[in-house]
Amino acid sequence: MSVFNQSRQNVIRVLFLVAFIILVIRLLFLQVSSSKYDLLALDNAVSKTVVYPDRGIIFDRKGRSILENTLTYDLMVLPNAVKNLDTAGLCKILNISEKSFHDRLIGSIIKNGKFRPSVFEAALNTATFVQLQENIFRFEPGFYLQERPIRSYPYKAAAHLLGYVGEVDSNILKRTNFYYQMGDYMGLAGLERYYEPILMGKRGIRYQVKDNKNRIVGSYENGAYDSVAVAGRNLNTYLDIELQVLAERLMKNKLGAIVAIEPKTGGILAMASGPTYDPNLLTGSFRKSNFSFMLRDTARPLFNRAIKGQYAPGSTIKPMGALIALDEGVITPSFGFACAGAYRGCNRPIACEHKNGGHAANLRMALANSCNSYFSHIYRMAVDNREDRDVRLGYARWKKYMNSFGMGVRLGLDLPSEDKGLITDTSFYDKLYNKSWNSCTNVFLGIGQGEMQATPLQMANLMCIIANKGYYYTPHFVSTIENEQPEDTLLSKFKIRHEVTKIPDTIYNIVQLGMQDVVDHGTAMGARIEGIGIAGKTGTAENYGIINGRREKLKNHSWFVCFAPRENPKIAIAVIVENAGFGATWATPMASLMLEKYLRDTLSAPRWKEVERIENTEIILPVVKMKRNKLDSMRREKLKTQSSRLNAKLLPAQSKNPLRKTEPITYLHIDAILKDEEPFC
Amino acid sequence: MRNHSAEITKGIDWTLVVVYAILVTTGIMSIFAATYRDESILNGFLSFKTDYSKQLYYFAICAVLAIFILLTDSKFFTATANIFYFLGIVLLILVFPFHTDVKGTKSIIRFSGFQLQPAELCKVFVNLALAKYLSSLDMNFKKTRPQLLASAVILVPAILTILQSETGLALVYFSFFLVLYREGLPAYILVIGFAVALLVVLTLLVDQNILAIILTFIALFFLYVSRKELKRNRALFLLIVAVWALCVGIQRFAVPYFFSNVLKPYQVQRIYATVGKDYQVDESTLSEADLKKIEEKKKAGNYNVKQSKIAIGSGGFFGKGLLKGTQTRYDFVPEQRTDFIFCTIGEGFGFMGSIILLGLYLFMLFRIINIAERQRSTFSRVYAYGVASVFFFHVFINIGMTLGIVPVIGIPLPFMSYGGTALITFTVLLFILIRLDADRQMILR
Repeated sequence: MSVFNQSRQNVIRVLFLVAFIILVIRLLFLQVSSSKYDLLALDNAVSKTVVYPDRGIIFDRKGRSILENTLTYDLMVLPNAVKNLDTAGLCKILNISEKSFHDRLIGSIIKNGKFRPSVFEAALNTATFVQLQENIFRFEPGFYLQERPIRSYPYKAAAHLLGYVGEVDSNILKRTNFYYQMGDYMGLAGLERYYEPILMGKRGIRYQVKDNKNRIVGSYENGAYDSVAVAGRNLNTYLDIELQVLAERLMKNKLGAIVAIEPKTGGILAMASGPTYDPNLLTGSFRKSNFSFMLRDTARPLFNRAIKGQYAPGSTIKPMGALIALDEGVITPSFGFACAGAYRGCNRPIACEHKNGGHAANLRMALANSCNSYFSHIYRMAVDNREDRDVRLGYARWKKYMNSFGMGVRLGLDLPSEDKGLITDTSFYDKLYNKSWNSCTNVFLGIGQGEMQATPLQMANLMCIIANKGYYYTPHFVSTIENEQPEDTLLSKFKIRHEVTKIPDTIYNIVQLGMQDVVDHGTAMGARIEGIGIAGKTGTAENYGIINGRREKLKNHSWFVCFAPRENPKIAIAVIVENAGFGATWATPMASLMLEKYLRDTLSAPRWKEVERIENTEIILPVVKMKRNKLDSMRREKLKTQSSRLNAKLLPAQSKNPLRKTEPITYLHIDAILKDEEPFC
Repeated sequence: MRNHSAEITKGIDWTLVVVYAILVTTGIMSIFAATYRDESILNGFLSFKTDYSKQLYYFAICAVLAIFILLTDSKFFTATANIFYFLGIVLLILVFPFHTDVKGTKSIIRFSGFQLQPAELCKVFVNLALAKYLSSLDMNFKKTRPQLLASAVILVPAILTILQSETGLALVYFSFFLVLYREGLPAYILVIGFAVALLVVLTLLVDQNILAIILTFIALFFLYVSRKELKRNRALFLLIVAVWALCVGIQRFAVPYFFSNVLKPYQVQRIYATVGKDYQVDESTLSEADLKKIEEKKKAGNYNVKQSKIAIGSGGFFGKGLLKGTQTRYDFVPEQRTDFIFCTIGEGFGFMGSIILLGLYLFMLFRIINIAERQRSTFSRVYAYGVASVFFFHVFINIGMTLGIVPVIGIPLPFMSYGGTALITFTVLLFILIRLDADRQMILR
């Protein structure tokens, strides 16, 4: 029988062979002829993570770090590892109910899945962190603490100049040609923005192998394809953080700005804008909500008045008028003008504070007494100087001077979004007066009123020109970049000396002495400090606002500009307090305190009392408040309903969204906005 | 005195033993590659906690078992074949009251920490019983009665296994029909079986009506070709018409009936998934639990095959090297160490490694056929063909399913897949063959 069916063994062999050939053909197709599976496998198993470098640190002139990186801790949860948990204990430490604990846990599972960690509680406060750190072993491995670097401002000051970082949006992505990626942080304001290329460092990329549940299991090819992250470089600034803190204290409860510059270098020593805010509000996980609250704030705390606030300079422009007249050669320091209480050179008389004869007998006296007639007159003389008698040419010359002083143009400091103030073109007057105008038309420019506006920074810069006797360096914050390379051109423009006049030093001395007289026995006696020669100039800027649909004159802005010591200037200051009245009342003592703090490095006890007094005085015109209230009433109403809804929702919402944490500060802020009496912090 | 050790090693086919050792070692290495997780390797192998150390441990047990089998007299197997067969059937029946539910199967008995899957073990007994029956003295396999009886020997345990929800294991028993073919079962039975299978597959692939039309055209074609014959032979006409009617009947009625009433929905789903189609169930007739099960199986089945194809495909020509496979090392392929162990080879050693492994299996199968044909006794030959058939079925179906050309029916790759029962079963199957072959000069009944 076996012999009979012998041939069948070959049939079976062929069957086996054919079956195996089918398998081999299939293998050939899968493994050799198609590379699709390679990519699928890589995609399956290799994850690319961006490694963020530490951002650079910013130091003040004494090497104190004023913007640094710090670690906060997030409580993370890995849902699939949560076993035998002491839920009650954890809830007690976090101060949440067990129900909200479960809601949050489910929320994280929905968001990131069971096998990937989620943030359970972001940015733990110190007390909770300490408690958790001691007890975390009880909740491991389901819960663990994870550090997260954020920017921190140890002095809680200089918000406007240091700026903040934030997540990039699609516009930035496009603008930077996709150098950044979604989820990246970059400097969005202030020095953080301006020096972004220096501070950001270089991102690294790490390739890691993940398993079927997307858990990271190790590095890919031992890191052969990884690139290393390079930390951002540090910045040294001219800023004196103590002076900055003092400036911000003085600006409390006020609208306005203080700018202090070192004339020899153009280095900015302090720059405060009122109202300001604690820059730490814009770090970490509450950045967005805090930012939107501040954006809605009618006092505009995010608005940097030092470089964006534009005010008529008032009498503080007078020294510059003198410089132009001197440089043009139309006057000498001994030039005098007979003023009897008003300037009557033009159709309408311009009033002057002083009536006694000889108060403008020469330049020095005219400056000391801030004679309106004198400076109106020399403005006209300067503009009408040449034989051609064409006011257009004369005005264009005058404008050129002003522009070279940095007026009406952007100075170009190292902060983004500076405003340029206002010095109008001749074409403006041509249009307005149908080409028939003369030096009387805009004679108010001579006393800093009319079509002329300046930022506090520009005013401080003018003081630098006088202090330096004819030149200035573009004001800037950063003195040196750590590890500066030849290709770092960011600082090169701050090393250019701008010569703006050809007036000899001796004549400058007279201008300076005139300004010193203002402080010693003129309008700014409140600025006097024993033993320090201060040259200064007060100013009151008229301003108008629309109230109930009518244009009304508002209380004057209070200006004071100065530099000291006069013999060897080390600091130039411009102070403006909006609607504070006469310049001498508020701006002068504030500048004086700043000077003393910087030059003496400290303040005496009575002077600290003075700081406190100023700090606690609120200078905000009721009429301005009314106006703002009216303008904002609709927005406020909306905000009110919104925030009451928000307040009602916030506590339960906390349990719904574990990432949304409600710090007390958030509440404070809502409250501050809601209180009608105190919309300005 | 005669040297006793020379006595037992005499006639042993060392080639098979070596191939066996290579395959088991490759298997342990693959399990190691699939499950190694940065622990100390020495510790891992000695701890008996990792899968690869357990497999090593099973290998040791198998080695002892193999030596025992080689020490056994061949007559023992012929003498006890029937007893073992009935013991096996009893065990299979005992499973029903005493089974433990493990991963949805009802085929495992567990006592004092030891798991036993009689359906797996029964392959050995069926093979022995079949050999015993076909080698009986008064056997005339051309008659229908012994053919039916032999089929019954195969089908009884197969049906019992299907009842335990182990369709995959049950299908293995059908490979014994290859043995029956070798022993004289008319070829047309296998051809018809294959034709029916082809028809069933076509039923899945092609629209019912179109298939019916195609079948009709084929029938008309045959009628046209044999039109001269038909005049003389009316029976041929009837035959063609009957075959046509049968085929259409199968594809129009039998298959749908079988799918909706006999097979479980998830099984139908798997069969459909293999040919790349979605199974349209009449949802109203199904319970919610069934629907859920279909959904799960559908997801799992598709996912397994997709990941397995990615793993093997990403291996390329030369592979990524042992422990370098990103897919097989990080649990992307489910059941990696058991049914999908071939992925490790495919990813780690690429096309080259895969064809070497396939070549090894094919070599082993041809070797077994050679051995079968050199036996003097029918018992040994039938047994050898049984071993070859079972191995072939396992290897082809298992590798075929990792490559996505065969439905996922969850049967292990001989000698390589992780699992004690399977390794022991295959070892016993093989070593009984080696023992019988060593005594090939004897006539066994």
